[in-house]
Amino acid sequence: MTFSEYATGEPITDIKAPAGPVAERWDTRRFEAKLVNPANRRKHRIIVVGTGLAGGSAGATLAEQGYQVVQFCFQDSPRRAHSIAAQGGINAAKNYRNDGDSVHRLFYDTVKGGDFRARESNVHRLAQISVEIIDQCVAQGVPFAREYGGLLDTRSFGGVQVSRTFYARGQTGQQLLLGAYQALSRQIAAGNVEMHARTEMLDLLVVDGRARGIVARDLITGEISTHYADAVVLASGGYGNVFYLSTNAMNSNATAVWRAHRRGAYFANPCFTQIHPTCIPRTGDHQSKLTLMSESLRNDGRIWVPKAKGDTRPAAEIPEDERDYYLERIYPSFGNLVPRDIASRAAKNVCDEGRGVGPGGQGVYLDFADAIRRMGRGAVEERYGNLFDMYARITAENPYEVPMRIYPAVHYTMGGLWVDYDLQTTVPGLFAIGEANFSDHGANRLGASALMQGLADGYFVLPATINDYLARHPHAEPVTDEHPAVRDVLAETEDRLNLLLAVDGDRTPDSFHRELGELMWEFCGMARTETGLRKALARIPQIREEFWRRVKVPGTGEEFNQSLEKANRIVDYLELAELMCLDALHRAESCGGHFREESQTPDGEAARRDEEFAYVAAWEFRGSGGLPPGEHGTAPGTSPVLHKEDLTFESVHPTQRSYA
Amino acid sequence: MKLTLRVWRQRDAAAPGAMSTYDVDGISADMSFLEMLDTLNEALILRGEDPVAFDHDCREGICGACSLVINGDAHGPERTTTCQLHMRSFRDGDTIDIEPWRAAAFPVVKDLVVDRSAFDRVIQSGGYISAPTGSAPEAHATPVPKADADSAFEHAECIGCGACVAACPNGSAMLFTSAKINHLNVLPQGSPERETRVLDMVAQMDAEGFGGCTLTGECATACPKGIPLPSITAMNREWLRARRKVKG
Amino acid sequence: MAVSGLFMLGYLVAHVAGNLKVFFGPEEFNAYGHWLRVMGAPVLHHEWALWLVRIVLLAAVGAHAVSAYQLSRRDVKARPTAYVHRRKRASYATRTMRWGGIILALFIVWHILDLTTGTVHPGGFEEGKPYQNVVDTFSTWYGNVIYIVAMLAVGLHVRHGFWSAAQTLGVGNARRERLLRVLANTLALVLTAGFVSVPVAVMTGVVS
Repeated sequence: MTFSEYATGEPITDIKAPAGPVAERWDTRRFEAKLVNPANRRKHRIIVVGTGLAGGSAGATLAEQGYQVVQFCFQDSPRRAHSIAAQGGINAAKNYRNDGDSVHRLFYDTVKGGDFRARESNVHRLAQISVEIIDQCVAQGVPFAREYGGLLDTRSFGGVQVSRTFYARGQTGQQLLLGAYQALSRQIAAGNVEMHARTEMLDLLVVDGRARGIVARDLITGEISTHYADAVVLASGGYGNVFYLSTNAMNSNATAVWRAHRRGAYFANPCFTQIHPTCIPRTGDHQSKLTLMSESLRNDGRIWVPKAKGDTRPAAEIPEDERDYYLERIYPSFGNLVPRDIASRAAKNVCDEGRGVGPGGQGVYLDFADAIRRMGRGAVEERYGNLFDMYARITAENPYEVPMRIYPAVHYTMGGLWVDYDLQTTVPGLFAIGEANFSDHGANRLGASALMQGLADGYFVLPATINDYLARHPHAEPVTDEHPAVRDVLAETEDRLNLLLAVDGDRTPDSFHRELGELMWEFCGMARTETGLRKALARIPQIREEFWRRVKVPGTGEEFNQSLEKANRIVDYLELAELMCLDALHRAESCGGHFREESQTPDGEAARRDEEFAYVAAWEFRGSGGLPPGEHGTAPGTSPVLHKEDLTFESVHPTQRSYA
Repeated sequence: MKLTLRVWRQRDAAAPGAMSTYDVDGISADMSFLEMLDTLNEALILRGEDPVAFDHDCREGICGACSLVINGDAHGPERTTTCQLHMRSFRDGDTIDIEPWRAAAFPVVKDLVVDRSAFDRVIQSGGYISAPTGSAPEAHATPVPKADADSAFEHAECIGCGACVAACPNGSAMLFTSAKINHLNVLPQGSPERETRVLDMVAQMDAEGFGGCTLTGECATACPKGIPLPSITAMNREWLRARRKVKG
Repeated sequence: MAVSGLFMLGYLVAHVAGNLKVFFGPEEFNAYGHWLRVMGAPVLHHEWALWLVRIVLLAAVGAHAVSAYQLSRRDVKARPTAYVHRRKRASYATRTMRWGGIILALFIVWHILDLTTGTVHPGGFEEGKPYQNVVDTFSTWYGNVIYIVAMLAVGLHVRHGFWSAAQTLGVGNARRERLLRVLANTLALVLTAGFVSVPVAVMTGVVS
């Protein structure tokens, strides 16, 4: 596939957001939405895939409303979804600090933080709902941090000037997820949710143009089954694991969204990925995942590298005047607190210059020596003790004595399935919520906003909008396995798994995943160029071809087979990676987490090109590269089609970000 | 490092299991324990053997999926989750025994993978606060004393890994159950369901086939999140109180 | 287990106090033995109070044994497959509750046959002369061994048992933890030392 190999289709003009002032649109939409009579809700089945913040909250809420929910997670328990690992906090425009926060300010910060590539209507709704989320979570017993007076504590986070982040020590995601999990558990016990754990969605069933169910595999027995419903909700998370190494959980994957994309759901802004600057560097080829450390560390730690290339002296032996505190030097007013994308890119630049530290030169120092001198070791310990312990456990280095080493890592994907204002994809009856959709973060997500979005979608937005869809389609024809559309998908799914088992080659699934990840990190990571992306686009089909020729998947499909699970996910990464590169190539501007070296200001900052690229890139699948049944998957297929959704900014005027 | 691993292999729940011995070489001290097993599995796949199945996901100590008994210790020699255990805790030439959680309530699925859905059912029996979406009052309507909020949080830290059950000589789930009860019962939001919660959860815990508590303290020693043993005492207190109230 | 255990513990405290009277000579000790029989008089008939205590105790022993059996069965069932790699970590007292209990049950049988009914008493058992009976028992080597071993078991059993009972009844908390531990250890030590002092005194001739 090359640059010219995509077609431009009809633009997307109707996103279902009502007209009128941005602050009134959500009320208007809720009023205009048709409702389902409570007595009739019991007749509707809704499938929810995933049990993270978005899926868990949606499943619980839909069940409370009276729908029959059928829910899936590949983990052994719904409580283990990866939302659990979020550390920092959750934003809400409560203005408890009386520090000038408001719904409008949260809205403004999020649109600006997203580098003007998010929809105003959606972001405003998110800011409005943020307030209700905190109420809801407190009522569920989420133990947020409190002050001595018994009221909720907040902190400032991610470079904003107000203190609007609610938190539960460094485990906010865990606590919010357990809240949703417990609400879901209550509905499971009440018989309103049929929960399928250790069951992975492998495909979407679209019947007569509407999403009517899924194909899933029981991971214990290997049994492939069909499940039918009146609507399907994907809450399956992001696709950061395309990069092999990321802060995502090992089993987080893109199969649900990618399969939905293949069945007609547009994929929006796939190249928008967030690279988090403060992760623990890799230690060798055995590295299986990367661990994030809260970016609050940048409040007191100073980031530096040696001035000289190839300086391998221990940090303590490098005198002050031979150190380069590069963030403080380049961005004197924000210093070490510049936004995530900028801090990440700067680290990459100094390492590319050969000034990186630690094994392989892939790291920079985050030094607390000054902080310890200034505040005393006790104060540092109190503030960051748990993070220091975590660092010490992983690296066996004592961060009180020697500076920490950090390096950026893939953390979050802003892109995802394209959804309208109702969170409905381009497949009628298929909804996507949480990180699985693309909706609210534009080209860069602000800290503590992912939890907010997941819960807003699950508790409040989807339960309001899905009614409208169901009310308009009250009598869905029952579908059975005999339906030709179902038979085809089932056959394809079984073929794919059998094919994987039949290759019996000489390379492990992981070796392909690692190879793809390295390629993506190199060419579609922190800084992207046309040449690099073209290289990647040329290379990915070759890896895919080799995968289908040489992969070795032991065992059978009729048993608990983790290698088969993994290989099947890699099949989808190998296709999605290509679309990510194509999207990155076509977007010849820099914005947020997407940095094209060709598009930068004279001081090396991201240069947005609003006249050309102020749109959402929604890609339509037409049969690119993957695996045509019966062949070993190298046929190029038909190029994807780009549909542009123009972004207009009525309330927040686009400006170039400046942090110097 | 060169190591000898003795690993519990069991085809499925019905099949008998046994320890199998594997040699692994080239293990770096910086590897996590699970990365060491990844290395073994990569080699097994290439040799055409069945790789060792084990549960894992976040690999940062919070999801609670990983669950190995290493040399007789749940999660191994350090007080942390298996995924946060590193090979520098072992020495070149060591023999390491790796077994699954063993409890009647946690049947083996395959090799080192067990079924912990009993925990989910214990939560379903009452480990929640009934607060349907939309019904919540303003968050600041009910202040919660900081000490109570902190105590609730410390119990809510439980990751549901099951190390407490694995370590207990009786296979008891008292620490897990008490963590959730203490999290919710100490909060004003949790007080309307305080009695039914503890009675129902304890009844469900018993019904799942977990053993009884003899207060050996092994659970709290193994808990990677440091849920303390007095949690069990506090749950006993809640249970006795609830019995009195419900009967009286 | 906790409630029946505490009943028995209360009895043991009274028992050890009574035993120590042996150091004040045969008259006082035998008088104490006699008083046990006329306790509660004249309201109660001869030995009624004693039988009341015996019945309560028997019920406690029964309840304790039945719960112990049920608990053990349940615990064994909860771990059907043992770990291949075994480790011992809990304290000795904790690990020996089950066997310790069985040893104590057997001891009690012997103890009653020896000093209450006199069935297996060495030498001539004389009703109403407990002082002499005690001296007789502890003049045999096996009497001493059985008794001292059992009393060490009592100490261990009480050490974990008392503390556990407090937890089961929910009286423990983080602040009281130390207090309860100290109390459990003190009780165990005082009971063992008190009981063992009698055979030691007989062996060394302090009591004869």
